[in-house]
Amino acid sequence: MTNSNDERRVISVVVMNESSVLARITALFAGRGYNIESLTVAPIPYTDMSHITIETRGNARVMEQITKQLHKLIPVYKVIEHEEMVEKEMVLVKFPIAENLSDIAALASAYNGGIVNVGKEMVVAQVADEPKRVKHFIEAAERYNPCEIVRGGVVAIER
Amino acid sequence: MQMSGAQMVCEAIIAEGVKTVFGYPGGAIMHVYDEIYKQNGFEHILTRHEQAAVHAADGYARATGEVGVAMVTSGPGFTNAVTGLATAYMDSIPMVVISGQVPLSLIGTDGFQEIDAVGISRPCTKHNFLVRSLEELPRILKEAFYLARSGRPGPILVDIPKDITVEIGEFKYPDSVHIPSYKPTYKGNNRQIEKAVEAIKKAKKPLLYIGGGVVLSNAYKLVRELAEKTQIPAVETLMARGVMGAKNPLLLGMLGMHGNYASNMAMSETDLVISLGARFDDRVTGKLSEFAKYADIIHVDIDPANIAKLVDVDYPIVGDVAQVVQKMLPMLDDVNTDRYQAWREILKRYDELHPQSYVDSDEVIKPQWAIERLGELVGEQAIITSDVGQHQMWAAQHYPFDRPRQWINSGGLGTMGFGLPAAIGAKRAHPEKTVINITGDGSILMNVQELVTAAEYKIPVINVILNNHFLGMVRQWQTFFYDKRYSETDLSYQPNWKQLVEACGGIGYDVTTKEEFDAALQDAIEQDKVCFMNVAVNRFENVLPMVPAGGALFNMMLPPKIEKEGEK
Repeated sequence: MTNSNDERRVISVVVMNESSVLARITALFAGRGYNIESLTVAPIPYTDMSHITIETRGNARVMEQITKQLHKLIPVYKVIEHEEMVEKEMVLVKFPIAENLSDIAALASAYNGGIVNVGKEMVVAQVADEPKRVKHFIEAAERYNPCEIVRGGVVAIER
Repeated sequence: MQMSGAQMVCEAIIAEGVKTVFGYPGGAIMHVYDEIYKQNGFEHILTRHEQAAVHAADGYARATGEVGVAMVTSGPGFTNAVTGLATAYMDSIPMVVISGQVPLSLIGTDGFQEIDAVGISRPCTKHNFLVRSLEELPRILKEAFYLARSGRPGPILVDIPKDITVEIGEFKYPDSVHIPSYKPTYKGNNRQIEKAVEAIKKAKKPLLYIGGGVVLSNAYKLVRELAEKTQIPAVETLMARGVMGAKNPLLLGMLGMHGNYASNMAMSETDLVISLGARFDDRVTGKLSEFAKYADIIHVDIDPANIAKLVDVDYPIVGDVAQVVQKMLPMLDDVNTDRYQAWREILKRYDELHPQSYVDSDEVIKPQWAIERLGELVGEQAIITSDVGQHQMWAAQHYPFDRPRQWINSGGLGTMGFGLPAAIGAKRAHPEKTVINITGDGSILMNVQELVTAAEYKIPVINVILNNHFLGMVRQWQTFFYDKRYSETDLSYQPNWKQLVEACGGIGYDVTTKEEFDAALQDAIEQDKVCFMNVAVNRFENVLPMVPAGGALFNMMLPPKIEKEGEK
């Protein structure tokens, strides 16, 4: 369902924090043929609500439908199609201990991160930055033979 | 008051004013059935299949406008109900379906008759609930009824684990609901309404495009008033038949794939579409890029997701059709009805050029004749249900529907087997009315077991089977688009219809002539028993006009022209 007109968009969905609410949202995307590129979800502190951030692609009409269809779900309070936002993504990368640790530390710190764990055989670096920069970090980290990369998905807040 | 979960279910149904529940018992829902046995606040009709229970509740809801209620057990009971839920969902019918579920402790263990009911029904309900504790049961039941009938109506599933139905707790049925995330818009934005009214006044060729939402919103009187006041011609969708009334001179007919010539041409040439409670379904629009190509579009719909889903809209109005039209009416006091005179005349000429017609025969009953004859004999006072296929389209084209809720059919999902159980529901709601299910020899067999229900409860539904020994609509497509390769559509092998219906406790009539048709119908009405009128009709009759799927509305295959006297 992707084509060249499709734009990357980030949507925040504020929902009632009840069982199966996430299933309702993902089923809606699956059933209507929309894409989910990344998804994060966590309760909003001191409320009975949760905040879901969805990174998706689509043209203007598709985006309008996504927003409206999300709104139609009974436990959905609010749908925000982000325009002016601060967005961050986290990534954890595991490297063999034999790699050059100071290089890795320097690289990670260039992307707002650092080494967060050193084990017998492995070292773990963490980076939290804009999604585009996270992508660059992962590309740059390639040469240090990462053995595992875990991305966290986008979180966003309107400026 | 202290009571069991099962009792709470019954008390809630009574509190909601429901008089009839359709259902089928089973293991997980037995405690509720035990309470049904003890109470006398509502009647329970035992259908012979869960799908039919849901269709019957649906027919009841469509005939009355009230919430229909069906009850089924877990596992296969629920899965059988899914087609019923989907049928109601596609046509926005207010309904509450209560299903049993295995006890909480067994959920997720692949227990006997366990299935993830909320998972399966998610895409075909407006909302659904799995009850997780007795405390939340009264609130959920209240919310279920509220959600079913408010906003854009739809079916709600309440799945109740068996142990919750046994448990005893305090019951207080809430007076109101509080769902902060659910606030349907009824009123319609005043500024938008004003703009739309200005557009109406400026238009030269406006057209009212009336959908099922007008029926659901009980807005038909207001819509008729709007048409009357402005003298703007109107077309109806399949779901809106009856809104304008067949005799209304402003009604052009039904539009879409099997719409009449004038309606489809009107939509192709209009400069302003006034869409009231319609959703631009593909069976209505044909090729989207050619649909109402020269028109601005006013779209009134209670569901914002319907607006600009398929076509770009110039005047979007989110709101209840009744409330929006109510606001429009006084603003149109100074409308100049002469302005649309030329347009009305063009459309009149289109209708004269290609009226909704067929070539009748003296040798064989034409299905269209049968429908028109029904219209002449029972007309306004009957409720007509239908199954899905050629007979449904002929009924929609040729029956003189005079009021909304007189025509009950599965429009969105197109569910064969809907007609008989829906007729049972409608007849139970309106025992004083003649209820006729117009069906085909294909569709009727899909819920034929309900003859037993109708006979047992003395629900005298008349089933008019337009029998062409074919799965007619598919056969028609095979004739036109598949080089007459009649793959699996020949239904020459048939049951003995008379014996079949009599075995279930009804009456059968074999009809091959027009005289027999009249006689059978008259007898059927007098006998007041469920019956089959097995009407042998022309085998290869096609539903016309027809817009081939994906084609532009103005490219219709038309019926052969009937030459009037003195015309060549």
